[in-house]
Amino acid sequence: MASSIVELKVNGDTVEVAAPDHFTLLEVLRYRLGLTGSKQGCDKGDCGACTVLVDGEPVLACLTLARLAVGHEVTTIEGLMPAHLRAGGTGADPVQEAFDRCGALQCGFCQPGMMLSARALLDREPNPSRAAIKGALSGNLCRCTGYTQIIEAVETAIAASTERAPDGGSR
Amino acid sequence: MQGFDLATPTTVDEAVALLAREGSLAIAGGTDLLPNIKHELFEPRTVVALGGIEELRGIELESDGTLSIGATTTLAHVAAHDEVRCRATALAQAASLVAGPQLRTMGTLGGNVLLDTRCQWYNQSYFWRQSLGFCLKKDGSVCHVIESGSKCVAAASNDTAAPLLTLDAELEFASNTGRRRLPIAELYKSDGVANLRKEPGELLVRVRIPALETGRERLGAYGKLRERGSIDFPLLGVAVRLDVVDDRIVHAALGAIALQARPLALQKAAAALIDAPASGPGFDDAVLACAAAAARQLHPVANVPGDAQWRKEMAPVYVRETVRAARAGTGPVHGR
Repeated sequence: MASSIVELKVNGDTVEVAAPDHFTLLEVLRYRLGLTGSKQGCDKGDCGACTVLVDGEPVLACLTLARLAVGHEVTTIEGLMPAHLRAGGTGADPVQEAFDRCGALQCGFCQPGMMLSARALLDREPNPSRAAIKGALSGNLCRCTGYTQIIEAVETAIAASTERAPDGGSR
Repeated sequence: MQGFDLATPTTVDEAVALLAREGSLAIAGGTDLLPNIKHELFEPRTVVALGGIEELRGIELESDGTLSIGATTTLAHVAAHDEVRCRATALAQAASLVAGPQLRTMGTLGGNVLLDTRCQWYNQSYFWRQSLGFCLKKDGSVCHVIESGSKCVAAASNDTAAPLLTLDAELEFASNTGRRRLPIAELYKSDGVANLRKEPGELLVRVRIPALETGRERLGAYGKLRERGSIDFPLLGVAVRLDVVDDRIVHAALGAIALQARPLALQKAAAALIDAPASGPGFDDAVLACAAAAARQLHPVANVPGDAQWRKEMAPVYVRETVRAARAGTGPVHGR
């Protein structure tokens, strides 16, 4: 089976990796690039643990062939804080800060995917309703928290961004 | 995942030339194809990616009012598109309920129309299926749904097929011998192993929804039964179309999925609505008659998860509520 050099844009960097045609984006991220923040859960599109952003939209890396991500901007959880810093922010992304503050995790396995789905929502819609938050996170399963703290964390991130908006400190 | 070669054509002609080769399969969103390859249900030598083909993308309103949707248009795009929501409400609602947000961003209308049938004894890993001794649909000779059954009853689980049936959609296929158009009602057959009247090398190019006759108001809604509010495939899907003139239903159509291998047109249920008033007690009576007729036709079996008796009891409820939602301009009907 064919392999090729795949040139990907991941977290703002252009990287080249050798991979067989059938490798998924998740396999390249984890096993070629060492970016293990994207989790390999069900590996068949049920759980959302492998969620990454492709051109800002949440997609499942386990069901994306790596070669088909060529030419697109891929953001993984490892890229969230650097992107925040590049945009003039300080510390971690407000979504990450809020998940930390709200204890929106237990085992942590779903958390990267959850935070990326939340980040994409807030980039699209800075002040979403609770129903919109639930909808945006409805492709990410959590087996520990019961979701309450996760939704609270997104609302906390919204509040933090809204408070900081007047002085230009938010994203 | 089993290895394969990936081809990335940029035109329909290139794609159909590649798909004509034995062992080729097309990939658009990949949200069903890749799990099926991982489960060793599909074993392609070459996977032909359709994402680079411009002709397959986008939604257009043709000059005669036909709504034309490219096969690789994403379900998220179909669900959110103003013309689809207005002219094919049930389709937009069905697309909005397929799987979860990430899968709708990736998955395509064409992929959903051509979705492989599903069964709880089939959509499993090779190890799981081997432990059970396989089944009729793949690698085995017995059916685990119908004891001594000789015909596969894996279920059509494509949410968008039900509204497209009610909307008399037409499908355009391309192959290396030319193009053809096929009414969607003729696409499906009741064989769970292979429920499509489509040649292996054929590529779905566009889905066309005919314009509504002048003077009619077209109403529609979709209802979906599933255990969770997201991600799951349907345990039952019901699409309703009502064409209304002067507060009277002049045409009605209902489609149902997740019952057997073929999406079903519920003609007797629809007949109970035709010529009924579109409001008041006459409408209420017609809705109940419609739901009762649907209940007589719908016989869920244990092919998809969820108790079959529960699915049967929910069928008239979902038919009733979906017809009401179509009339009220609400929907989708969803949630327990």
